[in-house]
Amino acid sequence: MTHNSTPAVRFSNVSRYFGEVKAADGVTLDILEGEFFTLLGPSGSGKTTCLRLIAGFERPDAGQIYLYGRDVSGLPPYERDVNTVFQDYALFPHMTVEQNVSYGLMIKKVPKAERQRRANEMLEMVQLGGLGNRKPGQLSGGQRQRVALARALINHPKVLLLDEPLGALDLKLRQQMQIELKDIQQRVGITFVYVTHDQEEALTMSDRLAVFDHGRIEQVGAPAEIYEHPATPFVAGFVGVSNLISGPVAQALTGSPEMFSIRPEKIHLGQPDEPVSGEMYSADGRIRDVIYLGLYTRYLVELEAGGDLTVVEQNLHSTSMDVLAAKGRRVRLSWLHRHCRPIAAKG
Amino acid sequence: MQTTNSLSPTPTTGEATRTTSFGQRLSTFLYFRPTLLLLLLLGPPLLAYGIFYLGSLATLLIQSFFRLDDFTGRVVREFTLATYADLFTPANMDIVIRTVGMAAAVTVTAALLAFPLAYYAVRYAPAQLKPLLYLAVLLPLWSSYLVRVYSWRLILAKEGIISWAFSLLNLNWLLDDLLSLPVVGGPSLTVSMLGMFIVFVYIWLPYMILPIYAALERVPKSLLEASGDLGGRPFHTFRWITLPLVFPGVVAGSIFTFSLTMGDFIVPSALGNSSFFIGQAVLSHQGTSGNIPLAAAFTMIPIAIMAVYLLTAKRLGAFDAL
Repeated sequence: MTHNSTPAVRFSNVSRYFGEVKAADGVTLDILEGEFFTLLGPSGSGKTTCLRLIAGFERPDAGQIYLYGRDVSGLPPYERDVNTVFQDYALFPHMTVEQNVSYGLMIKKVPKAERQRRANEMLEMVQLGGLGNRKPGQLSGGQRQRVALARALINHPKVLLLDEPLGALDLKLRQQMQIELKDIQQRVGITFVYVTHDQEEALTMSDRLAVFDHGRIEQVGAPAEIYEHPATPFVAGFVGVSNLISGPVAQALTGSPEMFSIRPEKIHLGQPDEPVSGEMYSADGRIRDVIYLGLYTRYLVELEAGGDLTVVEQNLHSTSMDVLAAKGRRVRLSWLHRHCRPIAAKG
Repeated sequence: MQTTNSLSPTPTTGEATRTTSFGQRLSTFLYFRPTLLLLLLLGPPLLAYGIFYLGSLATLLIQSFFRLDDFTGRVVREFTLATYADLFTPANMDIVIRTVGMAAAVTVTAALLAFPLAYYAVRYAPAQLKPLLYLAVLLPLWSSYLVRVYSWRLILAKEGIISWAFSLLNLNWLLDDLLSLPVVGGPSLTVSMLGMFIVFVYIWLPYMILPIYAALERVPKSLLEASGDLGGRPFHTFRWITLPLVFPGVVAGSIFTFSLTMGDFIVPSALGNSSFFIGQAVLSHQGTSGNIPLAAAFTMIPIAIMAVYLLTAKRLGAFDAL
C-alpha cells in the first residue's frame, strides 16, 4: 500500500440530521489511499448516510468532508471524483449493458468507438464479456452486480463507494463475490469504501473497518484488532458473538466486578468434576439449550452464579445425536485468563 | 408388521371429509379448472363487447360502402366507393386537417403543461400534499363536461374575466392583435380557434397528467442519483434517464388527449366559428341531411388515424406504462 500523508477521504466532525434523527453525529474519520475500508453497523446506524455524504447525495449539516485534501462538502455528486455501486444496482433499464457501462464516458463526450472498446474491456474484467447487448432485465442478480461494478470502475474514480452490494445475493454467490471484489480492488488499486451490516463480510474483506452505532463511530481498526479487542460493549456484541459479564457474576467468576467479554469459542466445555488449572477461570452450570449447526454446536449454559454463557464447540468427534442428548447435563466451563477482554463501560 | 386380510369398513374419519356442502364441492371443482372459471367470468362481458361494440363498428364500416341516392334521399344498400369519393373532396379534407391540427396542438400543449406539474408532484411535493394535488387534478372530472364547457364561454366572452384582466393591465391591444390573427383569431375568444384550443387543453389536461405522474413515480430515485454519480448534470439526467423512461407515459397521455379532441363535437359547436370539425360533420350528415353512408365514412377517418397512432405508440413502448 502506498499512501502519502493526505487521506483519500476525511470526515471532520461531520453531522447529518433527518429531523430528530442524528444519522451522522460528529463523525471524524480518515480513510487512507488504496485501503479497503468498511463501514460496519446495524441498519439505521449511519453507515449508509456516511457513504452518501462522500458521494454527495447528502450534504452535511455540520463539519467538512475532504477528498484528497479538497473540501467537497458543498459539491454536487457530478463534481466529485467518486463512483458508487448502489444497493439495488440502479442500472438504467432502458439501456443495454454496454450503454450502462459507458454512460460515464458518454457524459464526458468520449468518442463512441473508444467508449465501446473500454466498456467491453471492463465487461471482460468482471467476466461479462459478450453480454454487452443484453438489457439489465435479462441478467441474473449476480450479473447485474458486476455490471454496476464495471459502470463505476470505468471512470477510474479516486474512491469507489459500495453500498451493501452483495446484500441481494445468495450465500454461495456472496462468498464468491467477496473474494472477487477484494481481488479487483487489489488489481485496480482504488480506495474502496464498503458499507455492510454483515460482520463476517467486514472481517473477511477489509483492511480496516469502522463500527457504527446511532450515528457515531464506536471503534476503528483492523479486523483482528476489532475482533480481539472490542473497545465497547456494542462492538463486542455486534462483531462476532460475545459473552459480556459484569457486576456480581463477574465478581463471582473473576473476583472483580469490572465488565469483561469472553468469546464463545474460547470457552472449554468440561465434565462437572474436571480439575481447572491456575491460569483459568471456571464456572459451573447446566446446559439449557443446544443448537446443532453442522460445523459446530452452540450451547447455552445457565450458570450457578447467575446469567447465561454461550459456548461454541466444533463437532470434531460428536454427532448431532450426541450433542442434542447433552441438553440438561451439568458442566464445568473454563477459559484462560488472557482471553478475558476488559471492556470500558460506555459513558 | 402384522398383515390383515379382512376388508375393514371405512373409518368414520374418512366419512367426515366426504360429506361436503355443494359450495365446497363447486369451489374444489373450479379450483382445479381455472380455464373454465375464467371462461364463466369473461363470457358475458366478451359477448357484450363482441355484439354491441365490435358489431356497431362493423355496421359503421359496412354503411360507409353504401351510398345515398340523391333523388330519393334513400340509402342504396350495395357495395360502392362513391361515398369515399365524396369524402375526399377539398372541403372535407379541410375539416380533417383542421381537426387533426387542433388535436395535435392540444396534445403537445397538454404534454408541455402536464410534465412540470407531474414532475413537481412526484419529486418535490411533501407527502401530505400529494393526495391533495391528485385530488386537484381529478376534481374537474367530477362535474359535468357540458357545465365546464359553457362556463368557459362566460370566462372567454367579450365581457368576461379574461378581457377584463387584459384591459386592467392595459393589454387590450395584445388581445386584439391575437384575435386578428388569421385562422386562430375571430371576433372574440368565444368564437375563435384560440378559445376552442384553450378549452380543449383545459378539458383534457388531467388525462395527460395522470399517466405522466404514474410513469414518473415508477422511476426509482436511485437511477437519478446513479446518473449524477457518473458525472451527469441535471440536464443530462433529464435527457438520458428521466425523459426516455417517462416518454411512454407521455405517449399514453397523448392517446387520450389526441383521440378525445378528434372525436369531440361539443367544444367546437359551443366555442367555434362556422368551420366544421369531424365530430360536427358526422353529426350533421347523419342527423340533418340523413346521409348515413357519408357520416360513416367520416367516422372511419379518426378510426384510421388512431389505428396508425396506436401502432406507432406501441412501437414506442407506450403500453408498458399503462
